[in-house]
Amino acid sequence: MADFRTPLSRVKGLGSARDGTDHFWAQRVTAIANLFMLAFLIYTAISLAGQPLSEVRDYFSSPIVAGLAVLFVLAASYHMRIGMQVIVEDYVHSHGSKTILLLLNTFFCAAVGLISVVAILKLNFGA
Amino acid sequence: MAKAEASAQRPLSPHLTIFRPYVNMMMSIMHRITGAANYFGTLLIVFWLVSAAAGQESFAFANDVAGSIPGLLVLFGLTWSLIHHALGGIRHFIWDTGYGFDIPTVRLLSWSTIIGSLVLTTLLWAMIAPGLGVFNG
Repeated sequence: MADFRTPLSRVKGLGSARDGTDHFWAQRVTAIANLFMLAFLIYTAISLAGQPLSEVRDYFSSPIVAGLAVLFVLAASYHMRIGMQVIVEDYVHSHGSKTILLLLNTFFCAAVGLISVVAILKLNFGA
Repeated sequence: MAKAEASAQRPLSPHLTIFRPYVNMMMSIMHRITGAANYFGTLLIVFWLVSAAAGQESFAFANDVAGSIPGLLVLFGLTWSLIHHALGGIRHFIWDTGYGFDIPTVRLLSWSTIIGSLVLTTLLWAMIAPGLGVFNG
C-alpha cells in the first residue's frame, strides 16, 4: 500500500494532531509528580490541622517544604489543564464553545497555579 | 472548506445506555468525575493558602469556614476524590505497562480502587480529626 506521508512527517512522528505523544506523556509525568504531591499534602494536612498561623508560617519557612510545594502546585496545575482539555474535547463539539472553554481552562489552571505559588512564597519569606 | 456535520441518521454504537453497569466501567467514569472535582477542589487549597498568606484575620476566617460542618463535609469529599483519583491513576500506570488486562485482574484492580479509597480516606480523617477537635468539641 502506498504511504502518502512525507519522510519529514515520518521522522517527526507527530501525527495529525501535530503534538504526537506529548499529551499522553505529560499526563503520566505530572501524574507521578501528583502521587508525591498527595503524600506531601496528606503530611501537611496532618502536621497543620488545627495549628495556629505561626505554625503554618514556620512549616513553610523551610526552603525544602516551600520549594516542593511550588513544584507540586505547578505539576498539578499542568495535569489539571491537560486533563480538563480532554474532557472538553470529548463533550464539546461546537468549535466556538470548545475554543472558549479551552481558553478558560488554561486561564483557570494558570491562575490556580500562580496564585498558590505566590501565597507559598509569601509564607516562606515571612508574611 | 466544507464543514463536517455528524448526521443524526448514522447508527450509534451501543454504549452507556445499553450495557449493564460493571465495576471497571464505573471506576472509569468515577476517575473522570473525581478528576473534574479535584480540578475545582483546588480552589479550596488556593483559598486556604491565600488566607494564610494574607494574615491572622483571614486565616482565622478560612479555618472557621473549613471547620464548619459543611466545610468539613466538603473537605472529606475532596479528600476521598483526591485519593480515589490517585488510586485510579496507579491502576492506569499498571495498565500502561501492558499487564493486568485479564478480566479477574481488571475486576480486582477496579474493586481495589473504590474500597481502597474509602478505607484510606477514613484512616486519614481518623488521624486528622483529633487535631481539629472534631471529636472533643
